[in-house]
Amino acid sequence: MKRAGFVNRWLPMLLLAPQLIIIAVFFYWPAAHALHSSFYLQDPFGFGSTFVGWENYTDLAANTEYRRIAWFTVLFTCLVTFFSLALALVLAVKADKVIRGARSYRTLIMWVYAVAPPVAGFIGVIMFNQSWGPLTRLFEFFGRDMMLGVNYNDTAFAMVLVSIWKQVPVNFIFFLSGLQSIPKSVREAALIDNRSASGRFWDVTFPLLAPTGFFLLIINITYALFDTFGVIDTLVKGEPGNNPMTLVYKVYVDGFRGNDLGGSSAQSVILMVLVLILTVVQFRLVERRIHYT
Amino acid sequence: MQLSKTVMAIGFAFAASQSFAQTEITFWHAMGGELGESTNQIAEDFNASQSEYRVVPVFKGTYEEALTAGIAAFRAGEQPNILQVFDAGAATVIGAQGATIAVQDLLEANGVNFDIEDYISGVRYFFADSDGKMIGMPFNSSSPIMYYNVDALAAAGVTPPATWEEFQNVTAPALKDAGYIALAQSHLPWIFTENFHSRHNLPFATNNNGYDGLDTQILVNNDAIKAHFNAMTEWQEQEYFAWYGTGWGDNQTPFEEGKVAIWLGSSGSFGGLAAKDLGFDFSATNLPYWEAVTTEPTQTFIGGAALFAMAGKSEAENAATAAFFEFLTQPETQYKWHRETGYVPITTAAYELAKADGYYEEAPAAEVGIQQLSLPAGENTAGYRMGFYVQIRDVMNREYGRILTGETSVEDAFANIEKEANDLLSRFSRTQG
Repeated sequence: MKRAGFVNRWLPMLLLAPQLIIIAVFFYWPAAHALHSSFYLQDPFGFGSTFVGWENYTDLAANTEYRRIAWFTVLFTCLVTFFSLALALVLAVKADKVIRGARSYRTLIMWVYAVAPPVAGFIGVIMFNQSWGPLTRLFEFFGRDMMLGVNYNDTAFAMVLVSIWKQVPVNFIFFLSGLQSIPKSVREAALIDNRSASGRFWDVTFPLLAPTGFFLLIINITYALFDTFGVIDTLVKGEPGNNPMTLVYKVYVDGFRGNDLGGSSAQSVILMVLVLILTVVQFRLVERRIHYT
Repeated sequence: MQLSKTVMAIGFAFAASQSFAQTEITFWHAMGGELGESTNQIAEDFNASQSEYRVVPVFKGTYEEALTAGIAAFRAGEQPNILQVFDAGAATVIGAQGATIAVQDLLEANGVNFDIEDYISGVRYFFADSDGKMIGMPFNSSSPIMYYNVDALAAAGVTPPATWEEFQNVTAPALKDAGYIALAQSHLPWIFTENFHSRHNLPFATNNNGYDGLDTQILVNNDAIKAHFNAMTEWQEQEYFAWYGTGWGDNQTPFEEGKVAIWLGSSGSFGGLAAKDLGFDFSATNLPYWEAVTTEPTQTFIGGAALFAMAGKSEAENAATAAFFEFLTQPETQYKWHRETGYVPITTAAYELAKADGYYEEAPAAEVGIQQLSLPAGENTAGYRMGFYVQIRDVMNREYGRILTGETSVEDAFANIEKEANDLLSRFSRTQG
């Protein structure tokens, strides 16, 4: 078989150049810079710096607070990913069945997608206001004193809740379109073979949704790890205090609030490595078991 | 012919305006909301007062964001002429010698008289170096003071407590019986740590509270402050004291709502409180002290922020900066700022002007901050100078939050703060190498 190719070697390079330049300038260069800084202790203004080797990394490993934040990040990511996928799937399956007023339902579920993370966080701050927040009142009714910004667990709960709420619509849109792309013939065949609706869902619909689900899993893990920054910053009102925070927020707190460039660079390098490992694991292990239609 | 004359005239006018061009300087600050409007007003007043210079104020977000923006700009060679830096960032900006021009040098080089004795006592040395040379020009200066709900205290039949012993034994029980939470405060590191040491004249760090060197060790793990935090947790159990989180506003709101009778806040909060319709009368007085620790309580020092003249600017621009600083210290400017915002006037002359104008007769609480800053000084009342202090404050806030939510003990929390703060201090000292 003859492959179509370029005659000139430089033309493909030229055509790729804009993309490569953008990646180099906005990704490789800062990444290299972060890697370099992570081996130094630097005066923020750039006057002095001391080479410290791996010390920024070993300090982090020895820091109990950093480990606590890492564990919170893992827990937070699992909760947000699981619940935003599960809820979106339930909603999508149900919305798929609605015949009358389907559009209105879908629009109502989708429009939260347009809310920016800091705005979502701000809505959370209002809902959990210590003296008059509607959700605080609701929990009070059940005998629980919600104290956002005071109690570690309560703040964590609010962060998880707001992050899930913000992410459900995105997953909903993808799941719904995934459901609608399942051929009618397959569904009808399943209907003949199996009378149980839940049986049909787990045996037929769910496996056929797997490619969408896998894609969303990656999207949601990255969302929980990185894009929830705005939600967290607004919910802690810019004062970390004894509140829970994720690793990305810690990078910001140490680097941008505290001006510790070396320490926060080491943290960003750790995150880069984490994302790298995550990507490799996901594509190597998970993708093999998934059949794309 | 007529046309070309017009063109020439315009050309000349243009050339003339060029040659008399104003020197424009930029001023990055972190004053949002009403404070931002007052800040812009000062800049406008300065621009209107003369025609040589023009200052352009730019709002850069929170204190932390303004400092980070200033640092990033400096590294890119795009720094503003004036940068506002807050108390906790003082070590960072003063430590980076070459980043700023000492305000004292700047003013003297531009023929402006400078005498540190013109400034009120608690203001003088916070933003100074170890030799007492003023590096940053104090701008919005405040000190923690005690606000109280006059109606609540009257209902409970008590007067504002002078000491914490009085609060514990007399004031708080009476206020609780009258249906109030006696006490809340808005900034544990600032009020109950930094100024706690100053009020009791206790050393807060080695090396003359950090001013004299970089190998500083924090002295926060001491019996006096641990006793204070132990007392606080007891007050919390007895419902004399409530903590509403690390955020400033969360603790101020219950006072404004009339739930909390006594609130420790900033003297700079006065303007905001006075502008609100609270439904009760409020007043203010000095921060209480522990008689068990000292019988001669000393002054507190300033919080807030100072203006730093950034290095690497032309002489003409530095002259403009000096002129703006001179304008800022004018008694009239200071008095106006003091009235609008509640921040203290930084010079004795401005204080005298406010007194002569009868301002404190109509608003006695507005004078408390400056009175407290003018109390007797001690060897530990000038302030502190510690690197990575923003992070040290974050550590304090974290551990204090854990004490007050029962996650840790006072003993463990202070041991942690001491260790982490000393680690940060030693890291900071090596960034300067």
